[in-house]
Amino acid sequence: MPALCRECLTQFDDGRRCPSCRSPRVTSHPELFDLTIAHMDCDAFYASVEKRDNPELADKPVIIGGGKRGVVSTACYVARIRGVRSAMPMFQALKLCPDAVVIPPRGSHYAAVSKQIRAMMDDLSPSIEPLSLDEAFLDMTGTQKLHGAPPAVMLAGLVKRMQDELGLSGSIGLSHNKFLAKVASDLDKPRGFSVIGKAETATFLHDKPVGLIWGVGGVSQAALEKAGIRTFADLLRWEQTDLVARFGGMGERLWHLARGEDKRRVSAHTPVKSISNETTFFEDTSDVALLDGHLWRLSEKVSDRAKARDIAGRVVTLKLKRADFRALSRQTNLGDMTQSADRIYHTVRSLFDTVADKGPFRLIGVGLSHLGSADGADLSDDLLDPQAAQRRAAERATDKIRARFGDNIIVKGRAIR
Amino acid sequence: MKISIERGALLKAVAQAQSVVERRNTIPILANVLIEAEGNSVSFRATDLDIEVVDKADAVVERAGATTVSAVTLHEIVRKLPDGALVQLTDDGATGRITVEAGRSNFSLATLPKEDFPVMASSEYSANFSAPAPVLRRLFDKSKFAISTEETRYYLNGVYLHVSDADGGKVLRCVATDGHRLARIDADLPSGAEDMPGVIVPRKTVGEMRKLLDDDDAIIAVSVSETKIRFATPAITLTSKVIDGTFPDYTRVIPTGNTRKLEVDATAFAQAVDRVATVSSERSRAVKLQLDEDRLILSVNAPDAGAAEEELAVAYSDERLEIGFNAKYLLEIASQVDRENAVFMFNSSGDPTLMREGNDTSAVYVVMPMRV
Repeated sequence: MPALCRECLTQFDDGRRCPSCRSPRVTSHPELFDLTIAHMDCDAFYASVEKRDNPELADKPVIIGGGKRGVVSTACYVARIRGVRSAMPMFQALKLCPDAVVIPPRGSHYAAVSKQIRAMMDDLSPSIEPLSLDEAFLDMTGTQKLHGAPPAVMLAGLVKRMQDELGLSGSIGLSHNKFLAKVASDLDKPRGFSVIGKAETATFLHDKPVGLIWGVGGVSQAALEKAGIRTFADLLRWEQTDLVARFGGMGERLWHLARGEDKRRVSAHTPVKSISNETTFFEDTSDVALLDGHLWRLSEKVSDRAKARDIAGRVVTLKLKRADFRALSRQTNLGDMTQSADRIYHTVRSLFDTVADKGPFRLIGVGLSHLGSADGADLSDDLLDPQAAQRRAAERATDKIRARFGDNIIVKGRAIR
Repeated sequence: MKISIERGALLKAVAQAQSVVERRNTIPILANVLIEAEGNSVSFRATDLDIEVVDKADAVVERAGATTVSAVTLHEIVRKLPDGALVQLTDDGATGRITVEAGRSNFSLATLPKEDFPVMASSEYSANFSAPAPVLRRLFDKSKFAISTEETRYYLNGVYLHVSDADGGKVLRCVATDGHRLARIDADLPSGAEDMPGVIVPRKTVGEMRKLLDDDDAIIAVSVSETKIRFATPAITLTSKVIDGTFPDYTRVIPTGNTRKLEVDATAFAQAVDRVATVSSERSRAVKLQLDEDRLILSVNAPDAGAAEEELAVAYSDERLEIGFNAKYLLEIASQVDRENAVFMFNSSGDPTLMREGNDTSAVYVVMPMRV
């Protein structure tokens, strides 16, 4: 069986250890050197960047998020072992992990680091589709001749380079389509390298829960469960027409995904019409502080994705779903383009304040649409909010200083508290 | 009800009514115009619950009465009738139909009872004054471009009409801003306006009211309360709710310490801005102004599309300055200048810039620069 040492990138035939460097970090798979669609996902990206920048944090549980927002953006693996998860209210996270170091997110800094990773990916393939600051699809089809090595070797090289040059780790999923590549990258985190081959696709999926599918969250899962669908095996029992009749467009997608089929191409230039992120709560809530925390976290996610694609938008949307499933949405046209988390958050928060319905809500979402190039976005300050101009000027100045003298040369007071 | 009215007079009255009526309506009666005939005139009343307009026209009233009918349909019919036609409106009050007759054309339209028509509650106005149409026209025309469309800042979705102190004493002032640019227009204070409460006149009202101001000789009666504003000519009365909110303190936004002065022919400037902006398809395209001794270079650089540059002879004697603006905003303020040169007062490339016409401080514009 073809095998690859992820430490020294030696290719060999079978074995538990690398024949040349004796490293146990070996990946072997019958189709290892034939598969070309990959998904790269950084491990606990925000937290890893903070740990890298401040080595004292290395062994401590680190949570990004918080302040008065009160929701976890990212938790490092130390904190995850203690049960901390993204989107968890901060008080709950701190109950599980009272000694956690809570760090407010530094969006523009993460975007800069993301650009460095993107530059490394650009060396591998022209077909890169970033999903957010910390993950992307890569289509490596036809690059073997160019690189003189199969995709698997180049991808292992990419994460090695990220580790060596940036001090950040990532996980790779390698398969024959986007759906499976994304599933694979999550199998062996952190510092993982997982392969799902064509031959094993059906057996691999058979007993897996449908929640594995990207976009099938708690609510869709509940709807599927009502129809008796829990696993992929359950899905396979359905006729395509019945699935479509019951679940609409999602039904058709599910039918194909159940068979491990995903025809979507990795595309660097898919014209996206909107970017949105949403969260469905496990328990309906009308807690304004908690909802506000989610608004911030979701605004930041939307902003990150816009920054990763170098686009901006002029319409900001707030989406709410009430406990009785009635959906509610509010949107506003800013008149000019933005990709700033701060601006999206402030806009969506004022939309939230105009909603007379005070909940409880089961879902909250933030969207950005009427997208275009980020050139010209956020270049003009607000006459009526001179403080915002000062805040942004200060942020730009610190970004410049960091770029020149290093990340730790200047930090916000609240970051070291 | 049975009336005869000349097509031209009817069209004018119905046109005003149908433009107030909301196109997408969930309450059927709000799509209708209330027609009331009495004496020797007929009035047409329409409302969207925020604005109410009543337009009176002379007519031969054979039988007094009132009914309501779709404003848009009636307008469309009257519009398509030949000029000079005599139109007869007849409603017998029983069949739920109104007939519209002109020459050989005959229409029968569904009506709704007049009792269902919402009439705006009358209110006590705390200030009443009258002003010539051209004065009001200038106040609103020069400020309305800066009204914000951002609904979350609803208090900016109108023109702030209020009494303020200026160099020469008290003035009647209109201010509008969207956070990117601001317009502040002053007029002499009409007598009776001294105690007027400051009100935010909604965008739609500004647009509807504008139609009352076309006649240069018209005198407009204005009445203001904390919650409503009314504009009236002998024929038309427009009453509107004002925006329930606090207009921000705009005075701190208007720069007073800007010392770098540029004087330029406004038309030549606007044309040059328009030309260089052509190369960028972005809606928020930035135009760079490079100022040096009596010389202005305007440039646009759109990495994907191209670049453009144009030089203008100007009056400028301060130190070199580079500053960027949104082309659209520059064009809009430059087009407000109609008599003299445009005078720009700059501070730095990051500070708000002030623009006025010559030395006239009765119309002042502020625009926020863009980083270029």
